[in-house]
Amino acid sequence: MPAIELVDVSRVYQKYSAKHRFQTFKSAMVRGDLFRSLRPEELVTAVDGVSLTVEKGETFGVIGENGSGKSTLLKLVAGITKPTSGRLKVTGKISALIELGAGFHPEITGRENVFINGIMLGLTKKEITRKFDEIIAFAELEDFIDAPVKTYSSGMYMRLGFSIAINVNPEILLVDEVLAVGDAAFVPRCLDRIDDFRRRKKTILFVSHDLTTVSKICDRVAWMKTGKIQMLGEPKRVVDAYLQDVGAKQEEEFQERRKASAPALEAAPGPAQETIPASEEETRAKRWGKREIEIRKVTLRNVRGEEKHVFHPEEGMVVEMDVAAREATKDFVFGIGIFNSLGVHCYGTNTNLEEFEPVAISGEGKVSFRIERLNLVNGTYYLDVAAHKRDGYPYDYHRNLYTFYVSSLLRDEGIARLTHRWEFSPTIRFKTPET
Amino acid sequence: MFKNLKELFKYRVLIQNLVSRELKARYRGTVLGFLWSFFNPLLLMIVYTIVFGFILKPRDPSIGDSPWSYALFLFCGILPWVWFSSSSIESANVLMIHGNLIKKILFPAEILPVVTVTSNFIHFSFGLPILLLFLVIFGKGLTVYALLLPVVVLVQFVFSLGFSFLLAALTVHFRDIKDILGNLLTFWFFSTPIVYSFQSDPIQKAPAIKTLLSLNPMTHVIEAYHYCLFYGRLFHWKRLGLTLLVSLALFVIGYAIFDRLRDSFPEEV
Repeated sequence: MPAIELVDVSRVYQKYSAKHRFQTFKSAMVRGDLFRSLRPEELVTAVDGVSLTVEKGETFGVIGENGSGKSTLLKLVAGITKPTSGRLKVTGKISALIELGAGFHPEITGRENVFINGIMLGLTKKEITRKFDEIIAFAELEDFIDAPVKTYSSGMYMRLGFSIAINVNPEILLVDEVLAVGDAAFVPRCLDRIDDFRRRKKTILFVSHDLTTVSKICDRVAWMKTGKIQMLGEPKRVVDAYLQDVGAKQEEEFQERRKASAPALEAAPGPAQETIPASEEETRAKRWGKREIEIRKVTLRNVRGEEKHVFHPEEGMVVEMDVAAREATKDFVFGIGIFNSLGVHCYGTNTNLEEFEPVAISGEGKVSFRIERLNLVNGTYYLDVAAHKRDGYPYDYHRNLYTFYVSSLLRDEGIARLTHRWEFSPTIRFKTPET
Repeated sequence: MFKNLKELFKYRVLIQNLVSRELKARYRGTVLGFLWSFFNPLLLMIVYTIVFGFILKPRDPSIGDSPWSYALFLFCGILPWVWFSSSSIESANVLMIHGNLIKKILFPAEILPVVTVTSNFIHFSFGLPILLLFLVIFGKGLTVYALLLPVVVLVQFVFSLGFSFLLAALTVHFRDIKDILGNLLTFWFFSTPIVYSFQSDPIQKAPAIKTLLSLNPMTHVIEAYHYCLFYGRLFHWKRLGLTLLVSLALFVIGYAIFDRLRDSFPEEV
């Protein structure tokens, strides 16, 4: 039997303007039609015809951008809001980790709040007394439990809230992005607890932006977009599709931003003219050189040749330069440099350093720099491209004029990802990650 | 709706805990603590006694000539009135104050007005022994009719509850009610025989005013308190019975409206 079953569930929110609110008040007073005048003029559909079945014992993830309806979906399942239309059936006791410590009263002590909050979440006094020590121990608040909650730090507050909610011992656990606020020590313990739930075959509905965790702990994942389920299925596949989509969107944004700063690049044929792209880029991005050899256009592609600005490491990157030499010359070098958002020079090379002997260039041509695997950590990067003489005299130097973004599921740190492998002797054992 | 009402009973443990939390939180940090429940009505009574007993000096044979007996008369009315008016004012805000509960966890919103009325009732009952003590020491003492007090309290409880449900639900949509309510309660206070007696000549001789006052349910409730405690006689049980019916009707209407608007609370508070 499914634990959670949604059939064509929609939730429509009303959007009242201040003016509209006044009108409803007035008309309600004058005509006395309170209920009719509450009819909204503007509607926002937060959840739009969602059908979904979560089996008992399943860990089900929901991902999606902000405002895609994830939290509303969770609130519907929790019963906090009612569906506007559709059918919703939940079998089993629910505990919702939506907002931790939502019912805490700041003036009374942690101890008293544990009892009240526990009762609110459906525990009896006896059960709370029995579990009290465990709750406090898990939250690590033994020393502060008799202090008013208003003196707690937000971390303590959250820990106590989590600890109570998880001890309600529900059959269905709803988790909404609550782990985002925990510190480095607490989050793994929360995840442990959630794992524990999984092992005991309880149903979990898990909403998160933490895609790594989602793909690690969930059996199935739904990706929500503008209130609808865009895709549902095996975690890895859904997360990938979602990342693709987010990438495409970032791509668009880059495109737009580039359009705004591009004119400087294209409308500058004159020699010896230093062009400065617009706005914030001013200090960082520059172009100089007399353009005896001009880099007319730079295109970023993946190795398959698709034009992109957001890259997954495995799809590689090709920097393609359209160059044109005004006169034939025998002294030329092409180079590139990659900087991260902190201005750290991550990598740089040129044809001269790699001992390419220039022979001849004339007219128009193409230069491609192929990176088969883009081994950079997540983040925004800036690109330098240049054509210059061997002694450094610049023909055309583009400093940080191009931007790209690296996005991957891995969360390693530093500047570049070194090609590596872990090896362990047989006495050291790990469960291999499912990648 | 009646199914929901039954649920209300199911939540009694939660209500009980929330009320005690409310009481604990209210005086936490004050020096006098729970004594404020006694001092507040006492101070209010002193102010009214000075103004009406010594400065304005009403001559009302039904109350008695001495300023002290007037003070007792006032106390009998003010104590329950404070219960009613604070319940109403707090109820108008209660859903917004606890918006977090309604929005973020599965929480039965209807217990919030109940908690408000109940915790104010507890305050009322703290003041009651003082009132009784004063009646014994400074007044004519108590009669057997004081035992009927719970009946009057019950009527007021039902009435307050109904009014609170109505206020709580409507204020979510029309915030203006909060401001209207303050003024309404001042008007209501003076339309209820608290600082004056319903039995006084000017009222009894003006049928229009008498009828108008009779339409106010609180008139009969406060009157009943006066009869039980101050006069030591049986109250007009017909009038009080009718008031109970009106109160029940208000309760049903108030709860029905609350129930009807319930689904809109999470997004409106």
